[in-house]
Amino acid sequence: MDDSHSTLSGIPLLPVYGEGPLPGEYPYTRGVHADMYRSRLWTMRMFAGFGTATDTNGRFKELLRSGSTGLSTAFDMPTLMGRDSDHPWSLGEVGRAGVAVDTVEDMADLFSDIDLGGVSTSMTINGPAAILLAMYMVVAEQGGVDRSRLAGTLQNDILKEYQAQKEYIFPPRPSVRLVTDVIRFTAAEMPRWNPVSVSGYHIREAGSTAVQELAFTLANGFAYIESAVAAGLNVDAFAPRLSFFFNSHVDFFEEIGKFRAARRIWARWLRDRYGAVDERSLKLRFHTQTAGVSLTAQQPDTNIARVALQALAGVLGGTQSLHTDSHDEALALPSEEAARTALRTQQVIAHETGVTAVADPLGGSAYVEWITDEVERRAEEVFSHLDEIGGGSILEGVYEGIQSGWFMGEIAESAYRFEREVNSGERIMVGVNAFTEGNDSSGTELLRVSQETEDDQCARLATVRSERDSEAVAGSLGRVVADATDPDVNLMPSLIAAVEARTTVGEIVEALEGVFGSYVETAVV
Amino acid sequence: MVDTGLPIRIVLAKLGFDGHDRGLKVVARMLRDAGMEVVYLGLRQTTDSVIKAVEQEDADVVGISMHNAGHLTLGPMIVAALDEAGLDVPVVIGGIVPDVDLPDLEAAGVAAVLGPGAPVDEVVSTVRAVAGLDGPN
Repeated sequence: MDDSHSTLSGIPLLPVYGEGPLPGEYPYTRGVHADMYRSRLWTMRMFAGFGTATDTNGRFKELLRSGSTGLSTAFDMPTLMGRDSDHPWSLGEVGRAGVAVDTVEDMADLFSDIDLGGVSTSMTINGPAAILLAMYMVVAEQGGVDRSRLAGTLQNDILKEYQAQKEYIFPPRPSVRLVTDVIRFTAAEMPRWNPVSVSGYHIREAGSTAVQELAFTLANGFAYIESAVAAGLNVDAFAPRLSFFFNSHVDFFEEIGKFRAARRIWARWLRDRYGAVDERSLKLRFHTQTAGVSLTAQQPDTNIARVALQALAGVLGGTQSLHTDSHDEALALPSEEAARTALRTQQVIAHETGVTAVADPLGGSAYVEWITDEVERRAEEVFSHLDEIGGGSILEGVYEGIQSGWFMGEIAESAYRFEREVNSGERIMVGVNAFTEGNDSSGTELLRVSQETEDDQCARLATVRSERDSEAVAGSLGRVVADATDPDVNLMPSLIAAVEARTTVGEIVEALEGVFGSYVETAVV
Repeated sequence: MVDTGLPIRIVLAKLGFDGHDRGLKVVARMLRDAGMEVVYLGLRQTTDSVIKAVEQEDADVVGISMHNAGHLTLGPMIVAALDEAGLDVPVVIGGIVPDVDLPDLEAAGVAAVLGPGAPVDEVVSTVRAVAGLDGPN
């Protein structure tokens, strides 16, 4: 990176302009670090996963060679739902939209020949998150890397699953207990690990507005704080390790206002409501992904421009890491070439545009400050509502909002409003309802995952099942059930033992379902 | 079908694990606003639960939403299952379906495919057409 910090024409630049509070100062509206990207660029973390663990391992290595600085794992639907590849419902889904992981052996293949002590890894998984974390840890320790050295993020944000993404397994309360067990475990044993990535991304993709995304996400964050504190943790013992994940959508300044408001709200609530004193607890750090839902199947190359603008909004909003979507994502999983172009887009922003030289370059703009305040004000209205229906507890308010269908109804309403605006032409989507000349996607090379992948994965699973010690498996499942039954016991140790015995994700999940039950949603249209 | 003057009844569902229900919910409201009777089954449905709903609701059309690249497996499966149950009900697939897969789906008996960004007029006219109410347009 250029160290001189001057413009292209040679005009010298200070690290920040304007009045306080400056970046790095409470309430962190302008950023969590004083000099932001001068000292450290955001992590370029590209989400990847398809086919078998070996297929995805190849993509990981390619991304690391191309300059990615962190890994991010997409699991397939059966894994996300805690089912094995040979489960009847897995038919047609194995390895299609992510990588299939059934046992610790798949996890070992996934990270084969990658130094887990030297890379940070994000795992996008929620319902069975604790099990996948156990697998990652076991693989690392078998490779000689102690759990205390592992850096990364587990999404592990179950509340937004009921609200938006719908990858829930158990009912909300036992699910939040699992999340809390992971928070307690990592607080004690994995100091470099983020146990939860509180995620607005999926809420937004499901159709919410920017304000709803922000408000629901922060409310979920408050809910995890309340749950962990109720489990006996001091807020400063774990809050510094909670991270966030937001969407960067097409409305440029609204998004930047959203990111800035997020930091200010979190800092104030953590200090004033939850009594945090460690300033690291007050600093909201977040990952950003550009808006998959804004990408069009029509004229897919146009998506490169959308992604670049959304990525820029994330950077101007002060993100700590960034995934840029590939332009072919409205058609299929990203091809290798499209994924590379998406990464190059970040590199252009980082190394060519000069936006990294000055922290919060938009701070002080009348419009940006106003939209930040306005987004914050509207989010506070949502918190008041949840606090009220929760009887003074955001956690209880969130449970109530899930149970009554309130979140889902709000999101569905916003999604429908957006669709009507596009249909009426009131809102222009280039290539969809305007400028449609040249619509033809047939020239794009798409990534295809064949049915053979599923057959191979099922065969592999059958081999593991036949070769493992079935008594050890049964014993490990017995311990999982016993520990699940006692809410005061942390489930992580028994999950680690089960994973070591090569018990499958599906077997562990079914054992837990026996204790926790399964969640069935009432459809809200 | 014969135009009875009754509204079209359509069963909407997602099969298996796929949780992307934004599009299907929007489509449900589009069709409802267009005067159709929508039976919204929602997430985690099976071929059996779809067939049961078609029988119980005497549905004219089945709409399946797919965003997980499983359409070449699950599309033909649902068509065959309806056929086996003796139900002559057209299947429309909506979601992320690459153009190159269209011939295979058509060959398997899928009546129509609606891609991302399909406007409300196209959604409504497609459902009406496969239900036999309009000529091809």
